[in-house]
Amino acid sequence: MTAMIRSKQAMYGWMLLCPALVLLSLFAFVPTVSTVWDSMFSHRMPLRPEVFVGLRNYRGLFSDPTFLQVLHNNLLYCAVTIPLSIVLALVMALWADSKLAGRALVRLAYFTPTMLPMIAAANLWLYFYTPGLGPLDRIGHLFGAAPVNWLGQPQTALWAVMVVTIWKEAGFFMIFYLAALQSIAPELREAALIEGASRWYYTRRVVLPLLMPTTLFVLVNALINSVSLIDHLFILTKGGPDNASKLLLYWIWETAFAYFDESTAAAATVLVLAALAIVAAIQFAFVERRTHYQ
Amino acid sequence: MNLVHRSLPLPPAPARGRWLSRSLAKLDVLGAWVLALLWIAPLAFACWAAFHTPQATLAFDWRAPWSGANFVTAWQAAPWPRYFANTVLLVLSILAGQLVVCTLAAFAFARFHFPGKDAVFALVLIQLFVLPEILIVENYRIIVRLGLFDTILGVGMPYMASAFAIFLLRQAFRQVPRELEDAARIEGCGWFGVLWRVYVPAVRPVYLAYALVSVSSHWNNFLWPLVVTNSAATRPITVGLSLFGAPENGVDISVISAGTLLTTAPLLIGFLIFQRQFIQAFLRSGIR
Amino acid sequence: MLKKLLLKTVSAVVLTTTVLTAHAETRLTMYYPISVGGPLTQVMDGLIKQFHQANPDIDVNAVYAGNYDETRMRAISAMRSGADAQIAVLGALDTHDLIDQALIEPFDTVAGADPQWLKSFYPALLANSNIGGHVWGIPFQRSTIVMYYNKDMFRAAGLDPNRPPQTWQALLSAAKALTTNDHYGLMIPSTGYPYWMFQALAIENGVSLMNDDGTQVRFNSPGAVDALTFWCSLAADHRVSPAGAIDWSTLRQAFVQGKTAIMWHTTGNLSVIKKEAKFDFGVAMLPTNKRSGSPTGGGNFYLFKGADAVQQKAALTFIRWMTAPEQAARWSIATGYVGTSEAAYRTQALRDYGSAFPQAMVARDQLQVATPELSTHGSARVREALNNALQAALTGGATPQQALDRAQASAERILASYR
Repeated sequence: MTAMIRSKQAMYGWMLLCPALVLLSLFAFVPTVSTVWDSMFSHRMPLRPEVFVGLRNYRGLFSDPTFLQVLHNNLLYCAVTIPLSIVLALVMALWADSKLAGRALVRLAYFTPTMLPMIAAANLWLYFYTPGLGPLDRIGHLFGAAPVNWLGQPQTALWAVMVVTIWKEAGFFMIFYLAALQSIAPELREAALIEGASRWYYTRRVVLPLLMPTTLFVLVNALINSVSLIDHLFILTKGGPDNASKLLLYWIWETAFAYFDESTAAAATVLVLAALAIVAAIQFAFVERRTHYQ
Repeated sequence: MNLVHRSLPLPPAPARGRWLSRSLAKLDVLGAWVLALLWIAPLAFACWAAFHTPQATLAFDWRAPWSGANFVTAWQAAPWPRYFANTVLLVLSILAGQLVVCTLAAFAFARFHFPGKDAVFALVLIQLFVLPEILIVENYRIIVRLGLFDTILGVGMPYMASAFAIFLLRQAFRQVPRELEDAARIEGCGWFGVLWRVYVPAVRPVYLAYALVSVSSHWNNFLWPLVVTNSAATRPITVGLSLFGAPENGVDISVISAGTLLTTAPLLIGFLIFQRQFIQAFLRSGIR
Repeated sequence: MLKKLLLKTVSAVVLTTTVLTAHAETRLTMYYPISVGGPLTQVMDGLIKQFHQANPDIDVNAVYAGNYDETRMRAISAMRSGADAQIAVLGALDTHDLIDQALIEPFDTVAGADPQWLKSFYPALLANSNIGGHVWGIPFQRSTIVMYYNKDMFRAAGLDPNRPPQTWQALLSAAKALTTNDHYGLMIPSTGYPYWMFQALAIENGVSLMNDDGTQVRFNSPGAVDALTFWCSLAADHRVSPAGAIDWSTLRQAFVQGKTAIMWHTTGNLSVIKKEAKFDFGVAMLPTNKRSGSPTGGGNFYLFKGADAVQQKAALTFIRWMTAPEQAARWSIATGYVGTSEAAYRTQALRDYGSAFPQAMVARDQLQVATPELSTHGSARVREALNNALQAALTGGATPQQALDRAQASAERILASYR
């Protein structure tokens, strides 16, 4: 190509990119930078302007027992919901893909929670969890169990929230596993059958490794969601009792919008961004290997 | 593949093995069904609560009459038609914005050469991780400064440049055969003509799939609209639902269930009818 | 000829504009919360429609914004975003915060504000918003905590339904007698606004939780710790209350469904309970320990800065009308909130209502021993620290001393920057 055609191409290319780049700058790049910047200033009030304080907000975060509790909650939340949703999603996909009676209905049942907004899901589970009067305690009563205040005591509140998350997310991840399962060549299964392999052997040694790329994709998705999806807290517990079920983004929202302490919220956001950057790095590090499977 | 093997009969498995595998198979079916029932239970119980009075609901009186009174109460308790209109406007405007912005960007990445293209593409992919909700404080400030607070455009704008859409469309555009473009060029099309006449129609299934994914995910979005909208004139259904179920007025569980079903009915019914398309859409968007 | 036509046109235009501007509506936007049961948005809409009929040149757009916390967030968020809002009904205890955020105008400085009118409300209701010699808020939907009790259950337990318990000891023994396999004796809500309930117990134990300036708190004083110990013992030792958190919003239904014989709740729920309860119920003042008392609660009208003179005048007219005795009486009957002035209780409506339904007068009578609600600088965060401590103690996660020590430490940290 001649230089003129090359530069005309470049010009066209940048022009076409312009709208996207402007929007991305406005709502992703610039906010990221200004969040980092803001996190290094003190709490701004109308009668008391902010001053540069460097890393003091970060030190404040790590000496704030509430923040540490929230951090602990979120880590526990990730550690439980992510593996469980992925395993459940895989199992569901295996079932939905097999020659099951009423397979379409089963698949529908698994996927329906995904179509509901998280707020609606939380409302449904609020009823479920009502102490003494809700279905969960009623069914427990049939087996002689005492009513439990699922959402109202610190020991069970976070776990109750986790159940709602898993309920909602597993069906969503199932779809990706289904797609991957359907793209596995049927000859592989026939070969395994002829060799005398049991279904379990075939699943373990052939299917699961082939699903690795999907698992990675689902894992990254689940990680992002576990940080950004906190709608159910607004309905179920509002982070209580006593911060037992409070998650990071909810804490950030509360600090910024209820207490108007934007600089502390910014510092916490920077930590979240750092964690997401690590996740992104993992995702892209494995991209090379994944392309072999395409 | 050795075809000879296929025509040989399989050696018969021992009788005990057959019984074991049959029982396991039955257990399998049972397991799948139990899980399915468990999964649909919350929705089923909500239906139960919505169609009965609170007393009957909480008392689990199986013989109590079914009534639609809760739906009437729920309908009257909040300006749902307004919320529905806002939500429809919101998801459609986001989709429109995404279609335009992301098509242009994907086309640029797929068919143009310019210095720094790969670096910019990597930068764009960052948005896959950095959702607008994460940067909620700063994005809120920016929307206010743009004068878009409490407007539907303000709610939708941060989502219009979707890294996911750009990625999908770029991939799809790359797979369009060059001959089609060459044919259009021979007929005298410029870049826009080529885009509009060749590429966009060629990847229509991807657009459809993405549209379904985008609409259903933005229909259900909550935190960002919560922060940006302030009045019923712009409030979408999710925020309306959270206000409606506001614990403090102690709205009872039957009315909350009825309201929840009311607001999720359109999406659920749409899903039930267009099940295959929805699932195909999600399937397609997952395949890289 | 042309000149005449021109003159006629110009004068016509001038005349029309003057006429139009004279009748131009002043638009006001008001944010308000609902934190009790009942179709209150409809009552509010009815009141506003009536106001508009009486004042056609003022158009008020009332925006329901959730509970008190949500309304505070929405209103302040709107103000900081330059949205056009002039009035909000916000918690009486938010006054310090609103002043710190430089968001509100005191009513005594607004042109045309009648000093007599500003003093015409019950002093107990003005306490939270009269700061620094200014009147920052006008009482609108105000309350105290009252004790609702199920008279049928009293009779069944052999207690006199017309003599509700008036001391902590009497309350405890009554609750024990009333607890059966089917229902509990007493429920005090510990979600939503637990600090409010705790403040009542502290007052009754002789402790005021904060100083007048709002710069100091006494969460872990011995009297306060004793009050919390008493509250915790209801479930842990005496088993008259269920263990774990008792939810503010569903407590009303639990009472109506007969799950508890006695409950402490806001008087603002009175009308909806009257409608829903299928049994005979009574309302009593809170019991005494070292003294009687209850904190006040509920919301005031506040006037935002940034309104121009015309809007301020219109807002003042609106607020005066909404808090006038007739409207105050109407709101009190519709909800159970206290009529905010003595004049309200002298209206025919409230007099008739009071004689037919004396339970509605209890909250008013309790005003004589009512104290200001817990209000400090950085109020929301300080309250949150206390709420968390209360929930920790009530769910067995910490002893009352430990929990309140923690709350005191957090509050000290927050208040330090305001001293």
